[in-house]
Amino acid sequence: MAEPNFQEQLERLEEIVRRLEAPDLDLDAALKLFEEGVERLRQARERLTAAEAKVRQVLATHAGKPKVEDFDG
Amino acid sequence: MLDLFAAASAEGAWTVGEVTRRARAVIEAGLPPLWVRGEVSGLKVWQSGHWYFALRDKTAQLRCVMFARDNRRLPAPPADGMQVFVFGRPTLWEDKGEFRLTVLELLSTEAGGLWKLALEQAKAALARDGLLDPARKRPLPPYPRRIAVVTSPDGAALRDIIAVTRRRWPPAELLVIPARVQGDGAAADVCRALALVGRLEAVDVVIVGRGGGAAEDLWTFNNEQVARAVAAVPVPVISAVGHETDVTLCDLVADHRAPTPSAAAAAATPDRAELLQQLTHLGSRLARGLAARSELVAQRCDRTLDRLGAAMALRIERWRHQLSAVSGQLDVLSPLKTLERGYAVARDAEGRVLKRVAQFAPGLSFRLRVVDGDVPARVRES
Repeated sequence: MAEPNFQEQLERLEEIVRRLEAPDLDLDAALKLFEEGVERLRQARERLTAAEAKVRQVLATHAGKPKVEDFDG
Repeated sequence: MLDLFAAASAEGAWTVGEVTRRARAVIEAGLPPLWVRGEVSGLKVWQSGHWYFALRDKTAQLRCVMFARDNRRLPAPPADGMQVFVFGRPTLWEDKGEFRLTVLELLSTEAGGLWKLALEQAKAALARDGLLDPARKRPLPPYPRRIAVVTSPDGAALRDIIAVTRRRWPPAELLVIPARVQGDGAAADVCRALALVGRLEAVDVVIVGRGGGAAEDLWTFNNEQVARAVAAVPVPVISAVGHETDVTLCDLVADHRAPTPSAAAAAATPDRAELLQQLTHLGSRLARGLAARSELVAQRCDRTLDRLGAAMALRIERWRHQLSAVSGQLDVLSPLKTLERGYAVARDAEGRVLKRVAQFAPGLSFRLRVVDGDVPARVRES
């Protein structure tokens, strides 16, 4: 779960764009930011276009521990 | 009947037990189960769950008991002063010698009376514990990864929630926690399912509810225990009870109230289409940002080049001045200039310059350098 969640991803992207739009930035840093931004955009887009939402069902076992299994409703 | 009057003498006296037993038999045979209307008075709920009260009217009162096994179906005990209909079996309690009505059914004469009363009581209890405080309401997570759904596994509510979630937010995972949402035991089922949420990992938000249905079926979601179970869920809860007009206790305690299961799913999820648009917008800002940055750098390069050119031109100009000054001096010092003025230089065969008379031995051959070339010469031999 080291993967950043969607919200962090989006916030970082917005920050990158803001920094890139600020006037005091050298080309090298700008290029680095741009590359990171493009990569993050790709990841975010990939996440949004992933396979359809998984549906699973949770059952309580006798031990009281929840058991998660595929749902075929 | 005759037996009652047969005991006319002290010798033939009845025991208390015999009389009360007989009285009970007479009452039960003569008064079959019947409906009675009256005002509730002096109601007591015992530890055992049995209700004891009296029904009164202007002229009389009738002591009643309603056992737990019969009153369990009712949402709450009636309040004192409430006008009710009861259906019961008249009897006599031999150990106390009391005439009683064993109540099997109890209805309020007001529309929804008991339910309304129970609801008010539960609401007051929840309010006392601060569970209805609007400040308790938690914001819903904007981009949930795991959504738990507590509802009937084969109801329309679940189908709607799945469809809406798939359309709006495919990255989500739906965890269905099956629970009966109406009928006997539904409240306990929903409580159990809600308690299970806390034992699941990484659930971001919970939807609890059902599709449409009759108002009486809402009772599960007006149950105080269910409301408390909703309040105890460690993550935000969306209540979707599917009833536009009635607000249930579950709605009041939940962090968000949705009118339908579809609306609940929409509240729980962001819209993918909107987000994709937002990403496209961010992408073009990213590109524009970089382009603007490159443009700025290019301009700076141009300016630098201009200054460099100007500096170089200045330097070259300066060098040219220096050069012409130096060449002027060189000109002045050049021996050629002297030769041009008519002087000549004498050199011997080895090229040594002959500067003194003593060097000119008689008969010496030497060369005379004039401005446009050498002239062979010899010293006369006197």
